[in-house]
Amino acid sequence: MRISPAITQRLAKGVLILATISALGVLIFVIGFVLAGGFRHISWSFLTEPILDMGRGGGILPAIAGTILMVFVAIGIAAPLGIASSIYLAEYTEEGRVTQTIRFGINCLAGVPSIIFGLFGFILFVVILGFGWSIISGGFSLAAMILPTIIRTSEEALRSVPKNYRDVAASLGATRWQVVTRSVLPYALPGILTGVILGIGRSIEETAVVIFTAGSAVQMPKSLFDSARTMAVHFYILAREGISNENAYATAAILICTILIINVFAYSLMHRLMRGKS
Amino acid sequence: MKKASAVLLAAAGLVVFGCSHPEHKTITLAGSTAFQPFAEKLAEHYMAAHKDVRINVQGGGSAVGIQSALSGSAEIGMADLLKLPDEAASLNSVTVARDGIGIVVNPKNSIVNLTKQQAHDIFAGKITNWKEIGGIDSPIRVISREEGSGTRRSFDKLVLGEDKLSASALFQNSNGTIREAVASDANAIGYVSIGLINERVKGVSYEGVAPNNDNVKKGIYPLARPVFFLTKASLNQQTQDFIAYVLSKEAQDILEKEGLIAVK
Amino acid sequence: MDKIISKLLFLAATSSTAILALIALFIFKEGVPIMAKSGLAHFLFGNEWRPLQGMFGIFPFIVGSLWITAGALILGVPLGVCCAVYLAEFSPKKWANILKPAIELLAGIPSVVYGFMGVMWLAPIIRTHLGGPGLSILAASCVLAIMILPTIVGVSIDAINAVPKSYKEGSLALGATEWQTVWRVILPAARSGILAGVILGMGRAVGETMAVIMISGNATIIPNNMLDSVRTLTANIAIEMGYAIGDHRQALFATGVVLFFFIMGLNMIALKFSRRKF
Repeated sequence: MRISPAITQRLAKGVLILATISALGVLIFVIGFVLAGGFRHISWSFLTEPILDMGRGGGILPAIAGTILMVFVAIGIAAPLGIASSIYLAEYTEEGRVTQTIRFGINCLAGVPSIIFGLFGFILFVVILGFGWSIISGGFSLAAMILPTIIRTSEEALRSVPKNYRDVAASLGATRWQVVTRSVLPYALPGILTGVILGIGRSIEETAVVIFTAGSAVQMPKSLFDSARTMAVHFYILAREGISNENAYATAAILICTILIINVFAYSLMHRLMRGKS
Repeated sequence: MKKASAVLLAAAGLVVFGCSHPEHKTITLAGSTAFQPFAEKLAEHYMAAHKDVRINVQGGGSAVGIQSALSGSAEIGMADLLKLPDEAASLNSVTVARDGIGIVVNPKNSIVNLTKQQAHDIFAGKITNWKEIGGIDSPIRVISREEGSGTRRSFDKLVLGEDKLSASALFQNSNGTIREAVASDANAIGYVSIGLINERVKGVSYEGVAPNNDNVKKGIYPLARPVFFLTKASLNQQTQDFIAYVLSKEAQDILEKEGLIAVK
Repeated sequence: MDKIISKLLFLAATSSTAILALIALFIFKEGVPIMAKSGLAHFLFGNEWRPLQGMFGIFPFIVGSLWITAGALILGVPLGVCCAVYLAEFSPKKWANILKPAIELLAGIPSVVYGFMGVMWLAPIIRTHLGGPGLSILAASCVLAIMILPTIVGVSIDAINAVPKSYKEGSLALGATEWQTVWRVILPAARSGILAGVILGMGRAVGETMAVIMISGNATIIPNNMLDSVRTLTANIAIEMGYAIGDHRQALFATGVVLFFFIMGLNMIALKFSRRKF
C-alpha cells in the first residue's frame, strides 16, 4: 500500500525538526552545563590572581595572559601571511597550475590534525630551533594551524568585492597595488577580519598543540620565551587530574563566554558584509 | 585599512620586541609528572623568597626528564624510577624525596587488602573477577599508566616482576587521571602516588600493610620509589641554590606535608 | 615596485605549501626509520604495542580509529544531514539565519570541554546501563558525532543551496510535495557536496585527540564490540609522547606518519567530491 505524499511530507518534516532540535539541545546542554557549573565561582579575584596550589587556589591570570600572548603571536604571524596569500590568489594571478598547487597545499594544511601540528612544533621549534616550551613555540605552531582558515576566509572576502571597484581605480591609472590597498581591501575588510577572528577562536580552543609546544607552566609569563599555559590547557589539567572541579568549571565558563563573544562578533561582521553586498 | 595595518605592525613589533632575552635568572625543571605538582609547589615558595629567580616546571615524564637534562633544555631533569637507566649515567643524580605507590579501588569496593600474589594476578590479568578474591561478582577493570611512565616502570617491577600487564588494561596518562577514573568506576583498580590518595578512592593494604608514608618510612610498605633530580656536572649558581633549597628542612617539610617522604 | 610586491605576495602564498612540506619532512624524518627498522608490515599490522620491549604494532590503534570514526559517522551523518535539509529547505529564513551559526558554534567549544562532559555524563550512563568500562568506543563515537556535526551541517547546507533554484521550481510545478522534491531532486543533486562534508567530518573525527584520550579509555587491544575501550592513533601519540625517548619516540612519530597519510587520503577524496572551486 502507498502512503500518501502528504503524510510522508509531514512525517519527514517531523524527523527533520526533531534532528535539528536535538542538535540544538546538545549545544544548549553543553553551554548551559558549563556556565551553570562555572558562574558561581567566577569573581574579580579569580580573573586577576595568580594560579596557586596547582590550580586549587588563586585565580587564572597567568592562563589568561598566556592565552592572549600566544594568540597575539599566532595572529601576528598568520594574519599578514594569510592575507598576503589571499591577495596573491585573488588579485595577482590567474588560475593555473601554480595556483592549483598552492590551493592544494592550503587544503591539505587545513585538514592536518592538531596533534600533527603539535608534533611538528615540538620537533622544530622546541627541540631543533631551541625555543624550548615557550609562548613563541606555541604561537608559531598555532600560526601554522590557523593559516588556512585565514587565507580561505579572506580570499572569499576579496572575491566578493564587485569588479567595477577595481575597474574604476585602474582606469584612473592606479597601479595594481594601489587598486588593492585603496579600493579592494577596505571593501573586503569585514570579511578579512572575520577570518582573523575565526583564527583567534581556533587558537583559544586548541589544547593538544599548546601542551606539546608551550608546556604548561603555572607562572605568569615574563617574556615570550617563557612557557605558559592557555585557559584551555588549564581547564584540561584541572578537570583531568581532579584538582579542582569548581575552578575547572569556572575556567571553562570564561573560555566558552570568550568563544561565544568572538563567534557572535565574527558572525555580525560577516552579516554586515553580506548585507552590504545585496 | 590603516588601522588594521597599524595593529599588525604593533603585533609584529611585539613579537620582535619580545624576542629580546629575559633579564631574570631562569631555572627549568622537566620530567616526572608524578613529582611535577610538588616541584611547582616548591617553586612557588622559592620564587616568593627570591624575586629575581624564575622557575619553569614542565611535565613530560621521567624519560623526558633524563632527555632534557642530557640535552640541556632543562637545568634539572626529574625522574621517579627504581633504578636510573644507563643513558642517565653521565648525569649527576640526587634523591630529593621518596614516593610510595598505593593500589587504589573505588570506595564502594569491599576489598581492603591484597596479597602480593593477588595484586600480581590482578594486574597480570589472571584474576579477572572480584569474586575470586572475596568481592562481589563483577569484572575487574585494571587501569594502568602508559608505557614509559616512571610510576608504571616502578610498579611493574615491584608487583608484576617479569610478567606482562593484563592485555585488557585501560590507560590514563597521569596519577590524577587514574584517581579520577577509579573514583568513577566501582569495578576499577589502579595505582597512584600515596600522596594523591584522598576520599574519592580507597587505598588498599598490600600484604596487610596500609599504604601510608609512615609505613614506607618504617620500611614495611614495599611499594615506593625515589625521585631523582638529574643535572649536568657543571651547574650554574641559581640551580645549585635551588637544589640546596629543595634538600633543606623547609622544603622537605613542605614535601612531607604534601604527601611525599622526605629524604633528610 | 609592483613587481617586488607581486613577488612578495607570491612568496606568502607559497607559505602554506612550504609549511605542509616542512611538517611532512620533520614527521617523516623522525618516524620513517623506525618503520623501516621494525618492518612496515609489522608496524602496521602487528598486534602488540610494547614499546619498551621494542614491539611496535599499531594495528589495534588503526582499528580503534576506524571504529570510533565509523560510530561517529553513523550517529552524526544522519543527524547532520537532517539538520542541514531542515535549515536549508524547510525552516523559515529568519530561523535558519540564527540556527545555522548556532550549530556552527558547536565547533567553537573546546574539544576538552566535550571530552570532560563525556567523562562526567556519558561514560557513567553507558557503564551502568550497558556495561563495560564506560570509557568506550560508543562514548567516544557519541562525543565525536557532536563534534563533527557543524562540519557536516555547514558543508551540506552550502551544497543544498548550490542546487539551482530551477530544479526545485520545476519539481514543485509538476505537483511534487516539498519532501518529494528534496528527496528525489535536491538531495541527489547535492550528493557530492554532502559527501565532501561527510568526508571532511570523517577527517575531523580521525584527527581529534584530546576529547578521545579522555573518553576512550586508551586500552591497547583490538576491541570486540562498541562497549570496549580502545586507543586511537592520535591518542597513542599524545598519551605517550611525554614519556618517550629513542625508538619509542620515533614509533610515535611513525604513528603520526600513518595518521598523516590517512588524513591526506581523506582530504583528497573530499576535494574530488567537493564542488567548490577550492
